[in-house]
Amino acid sequence: MIIIGERINGMFTDIAKAINERDPAAVHEWARKQEESGAHYLDINVGPGSKEPVEAMKWLVEKTQEVTDLPLCLDSTKYDAIEAGLQVCKQPAMINSVPAEMPKMERVFSMAAEHDAEVIGLAMNEEGVPKDAESRIALAMELVATADAFGVPTDSLYIDPLVLPCNVGQDHGPEVFETLRQVKVLADPPPKTTVGLSNISQGVKNRELINRVFAVMAMANGLDSAIADACDEELMESVATARIILNKDIYCESYVDVFRKSNR
Amino acid sequence: MAVDIVKEKHKSKVTEVVLGATKEEGGTRSHTIKVGGESTLPFLHFEGEVPNRPVVALEVWDMVPEDWPSSLKEYYKDVYDDPAAWAKKCVDEYGADLIAVRLKSADPDFKDSSAQECADTVKKVLEAVSVPLIIFGCGKAEKDDQIYQAVAEAAAGENLLMGIAELENYKAVTSACMANQHCIIANSPIDINICKQLNIQILEMSQALASKIIIDPTVAALGYGIEYSYSIMERARLGALQGDKMLAFPVIGNIGQEVWRAKEATVSTDDQPGWGEQSERAMMWEATTAMAYLQAGMNILVMRHPRAFELTKNNIDELMKDNSY
Repeated sequence: MIIIGERINGMFTDIAKAINERDPAAVHEWARKQEESGAHYLDINVGPGSKEPVEAMKWLVEKTQEVTDLPLCLDSTKYDAIEAGLQVCKQPAMINSVPAEMPKMERVFSMAAEHDAEVIGLAMNEEGVPKDAESRIALAMELVATADAFGVPTDSLYIDPLVLPCNVGQDHGPEVFETLRQVKVLADPPPKTTVGLSNISQGVKNRELINRVFAVMAMANGLDSAIADACDEELMESVATARIILNKDIYCESYVDVFRKSNR
Repeated sequence: MAVDIVKEKHKSKVTEVVLGATKEEGGTRSHTIKVGGESTLPFLHFEGEVPNRPVVALEVWDMVPEDWPSSLKEYYKDVYDDPAAWAKKCVDEYGADLIAVRLKSADPDFKDSSAQECADTVKKVLEAVSVPLIIFGCGKAEKDDQIYQAVAEAAAGENLLMGIAELENYKAVTSACMANQHCIIANSPIDINICKQLNIQILEMSQALASKIIIDPTVAALGYGIEYSYSIMERARLGALQGDKMLAFPVIGNIGQEVWRAKEATVSTDDQPGWGEQSERAMMWEATTAMAYLQAGMNILVMRHPRAFELTKNNIDELMKDNSY
């Protein structure tokens, strides 16, 4: 299970302030903390309110790379910002994200092929998030076919079935699990899967409990990665335990520690 | 129609470990031996890299091995009083890749030799042969803890392979290896979980040992549960190839020790005429056990009978022939 640490995001006030003042202290701190907690990738998002997303993305990528060698997941709806970020990444990155829409897929998959980047493909299009698994799978298939046409290997594509908060979209839960299962038979090798984990608990109480229960259930249905709070210890312990129960890692007494260090 | 060869793509490989040290590296060996480094299952040359041959050590004791059957004992009858001469015979006459010195005389139930006497024996063997050495204690943990430090210091720079470390008792041998830059044998009782845990605990004491661990998953002789040891080794290798660094170490096995106490090796022809002639049967028991473990991916085999050793070496030659296409 690949954990993509979510904390370097301009939605958080300390990161927004860091970007505005070009003071890297908070960025460095969160990069280090997430790596120590066991994150395998670091999500980099300049935040929705950024006035200069291209410059901000470049700066965030450079500052993050000053303290970590982890691969980065460049998170923006502005593809110019992502491209600027890819150009300064020291190693192949992940692009977060593209919906099953033209011409967005064309733009994203061609820059992914050029920069040897992985891509998160969202199972949605102009019409929004589908209600059922079947429609999600159809969109996933479009993403798989288009990625292949642009020379992006299928196993570099992460399908995100899109998770809705469990209070407003309760009926989506089983559809998400069904999508996770079916995505694996779309191609050989199959695409990978990911979710924005904390979406499941937006606007509800007991967020951490809900996040980790969902993570474990999704793993049992074939989830490969999640954008998540790597510093949530109970989440990381639950993920490590699920990997043992799913026979993904060989058990030993220190298995939680081993999982936390698996990013090194 | 062309056959499509299915090849598994593994993302990781077994750690490569170097045994011994030449003069330039601070030791006195004529050459070093590399083991491990495989990026595929055993001998699938067509699928991945098998960069280093499995190697075979012959065992040398520092006292007469009273309980060895006479058909084995006769090969070394002229050298029992001198471990250095015994080691030299193994290398010069039989072609051993390494010498495994078993410091059996330190056992309080035998001669109770002192740590200093053990260190002197190791020094004499180092002078007599130029191949890398493996050093085993006497098998009694309390006594062995005293021996490791003295031997490790006396042979500092030689990059010995020393052991054994066990989950219940690993600190003394780990610190001896750590302080004197030797390799360590991590032994677990046919248990993959303990195997992994022990490696973790050794590395918690010293990250420097990350390229110096050899795992001994405990082997059984043919007919005595060989399939259990085999599947543990298989699981460890699969784990290693999938990126489990805590299992990605080369493997050593005490083949001779296990085989030569099995009844198939010790029972005389007179007692069991139906089993065939004892000397041939016993020798073949060791060779066959060794060959099974080669197939499981064993990197260092510790053996006793010169002819079983020779058959095993021939088998390694065959297995190392390129089968890529």
